[in-house]
This record gives sequence, C-alpha cells and structure tokens, in this order.
Amino acid sequence: METVSIWIAAILTLGIFSFLYKDNPLYKACEALFVGVSAAYWAIVFYFDNIYKKFYEGAVTAEEPDYFLWIGAILGLLFLTRLIPNIGWVSRWPMALIVGATAGLWMVGYFVSNAMNQIGNTISNIIVRDAATGFIAWGETFGTLVILVGVLSGLVYFFFSKEHKGVFGATAKVGTWFLMVTFGASFGYTVMSRMSLLIGRVDFLLGDWLHILR
Amino acid sequence: MRRQIPILITTIAGLVFAISYFIPHDPFGESESIFGDWITIVQAFAVWLGALNLLKISFEKISNKTADWPYAAIIVVSLMGTLAIGFYDGYSGMAQDPQVSFRDPGTNFDWLYRFIYTPLSATMFSMLAFFVASASYRAFRARNVQATLLLIAGFFVMGGRVPLFDMMISPITDFPVFSWFADWIMTYPNTAGQRAIMIGIALGIMSSSLRIILGIERSHIGGGSG
Repeated sequence: METVSIWIAAILTLGIFSFLYKDNPLYKACEALFVGVSAAYWAIVFYFDNIYKKFYEGAVTAEEPDYFLWIGAILGLLFLTRLIPNIGWVSRWPMALIVGATAGLWMVGYFVSNAMNQIGNTISNIIVRDAATGFIAWGETFGTLVILVGVLSGLVYFFFSKEHKGVFGATAKVGTWFLMVTFGASFGYTVMSRMSLLIGRVDFLLGDWLHILR
Repeated sequence: MRRQIPILITTIAGLVFAISYFIPHDPFGESESIFGDWITIVQAFAVWLGALNLLKISFEKISNKTADWPYAAIIVVSLMGTLAIGFYDGYSGMAQDPQVSFRDPGTNFDWLYRFIYTPLSATMFSMLAFFVASASYRAFRARNVQATLLLIAGFFVMGGRVPLFDMMISPITDFPVFSWFADWIMTYPNTAGQRAIMIGIALGIMSSSLRIILGIERSHIGGGSG
C-alpha cells in the first residue's frame, strides 16, 4: 500500500512539474484535483473543529448548553444564503459581524503591537552594553543606530503630505535605500524558502520514489 | 433593512472588541467572548460557502458543457470524495473507544493529506522557485543606487543561507563572510525597513478600522440601495 501511495504522490508531483514545459492536460487535471481536495479538506477541518466541537458540543449536547452559540450558528447559516440570488443580501449580516469584529480587534491590536511596540523597541536601549563586562558593545550599538536611522527615514519617505525636497527629501531618499535593502532581503528570503520546497520535492522523487538518494 | 442592520452590526461588533481592550471586565469582557465564539462558528460557514460555491460553479460548467468541463468534473469528484471520506472518518472515529480524530495517522483522511494534498500543494509552491528565479534575473540589475542595494541585499541573503559561498571563500579566510553579512542585513537594515512598513500599515489599519466602525466605509456590505 505504501508503494502505491508513493507512486500516486510521485505522479501528482510530476504532473504539477509538467507545467514547467508548457500548460498540458495532466497539469490541469492535477490542478483541478488540488482545488477540489483542498477545498473539501478545509471544509472538513472547519466543520469538526468549529461547527461540531464549538457549536454542537457547546449548545446541543452539553450538560449546560450555551444558548448564545445558536446566534452564531444562525448567522453562519445566513452566510449560505449567498448561494440563493433572491435572498443573498441577508449574507451581509454575518459579513458585517466578521468585518466589524476584525476592525475593532485590529484597530487597537495593530496599533499596540505594530506601532507602539515597534516605536518603543526602536528608541529604547540604543546604547547596548555587554552583559558580562558592562562596557559599550560597539557593534550592536552601531546596529541599533542603523535601525533608528532606517525607521525614521523610512517613515519620512511614507509621509506624502509634504513635498520631498531639501533636507526632508534627502531623508526620504535614505529611507528608500533602507526599504530597498528590506525588499532585497525579503526577496532573497522568499527565493530560498521556495528553493527549500523544491529541494524537498526533488528529494522525495529521487529518495522515496526512485531510491537513488539514500 | 438591507444596509442599516449590517452597519449597526458592524458598529456594535467593532466597538465591543475595541472597548474590551481597555475595559476587560463585564459586560465588555463577556461580550468579547460571546462575539468571539460567534465568529469562530461563522468562519466555518464562510469556508463552507466557498466550497459549496465551487461545487455550484463546477456543476454549471459541466451542465453547460463549457470548455474544460472535464476538469470541473475532477473538481466535483475530488471535492465530494474528500468530503465523504472526511465525514466517514470523523463520525466513525468519534464512535470508537477511545475516540480517534479524523486527522490521526492511519485514517483515510490522513492518507489523503499525506499522499494527495501535501505533494500537490508543496509542488505547486515549489514551482514558484523557477518563476522567482526568472523574476530576479529581471529585477536584480544595478541601474541606480536603489537597485544596487536591492541586488546586494538579495545576493547576500541568498548566498548566506547556503554553505557553498562560505566554502568558496574559505581559502582566503575562515570567517563566514556571507552568512555573517546575511545575518547582519536581516537583523539591522532589514528590521529598520520592516518596522517603518509595519508602523505605516498599523496607522493605515487604524484609520480604515475607524472608518468601518463609524459606518463611513461600507464596501464590505456591497452596493445597491437599502
């Protein structure tokens, strides 16, 4: 059974890779299979984790049922009215709940974690001292200064209410240098993560399937 | 009715979650918990809406015999088959003593995950390596200062993540130049740029969220008159 399973996985892997030559029926079939399986996979996971465990076991079979959960289930069912054109507008109610709650959660959450905490980390502990000796750690201090200059100049670049001229423009230009380094690093990081996945697939084909690599 | 109620729900839900951050006591703390449970359930139905919509569109393609309808048939069969296996494993596992989760090793659903879902998804994303490589060939050209910085950062981060570059330079120095410089770029200049972007995003999210909660931004409830 294991051998048959590995052969199926290998054929599917080669089917997806066949797109590198050109678009072809085998790739399209594998793609359609991926779409169908992944949609159903997540539907099952969400059904048992969220609907069954949260709602059914909490509101129906529990010793002390939480009747508030029924409102969530009814709102969820209203979501499905989207599939019926005449009453599809009712699906705006659960959508409004999700959007409103997300807005309320993110408005404060993002401001604290992504703005206040980041500003705090940038402007505090600029001079770094060696924990053992107590002397200034020049390398790390230089690094924190680089971060301070980078964050300030980057924020200046994102400030579009003032024309980027003179000292302001020069600072914004330094900001673009930092942003380009960030984009380059992110790009390089993404390339390497995809390469890692590719190596994993080649390792599967040559190792698990063909037994060339051991 | 069609617009006022959704706006009211948006505002109440938004205010409850925003206020409960500052006042984590009843009634706001309790309300946040109740709303959180609702959202957990509604999210699951949203995923089901997507799956059912995919099924509906695929059936329409099959019945209209549009181009590529056999692939729509594959979607329908694979979707229905996975659902059937998932429900069977889920309910039969709960009936066993001790209970077995549908995701436990050895179940049919786990087999689907390991030998169908994982190879397809991993290969699909690994193919991006080829497209990203061709994109980097176009992007990494030292035309000006900014492009040169992009090139240098990308080169060192990629070079520092594999041992080959440090090995190549080892006859000159034992110091791992590439991996050290890659780490330095990631720790300092990259952090600076990321923080500037994150702070900008946070301010943008704050203003957008405020617009949504106050009912100024209404695109999520669609167009049309109320």
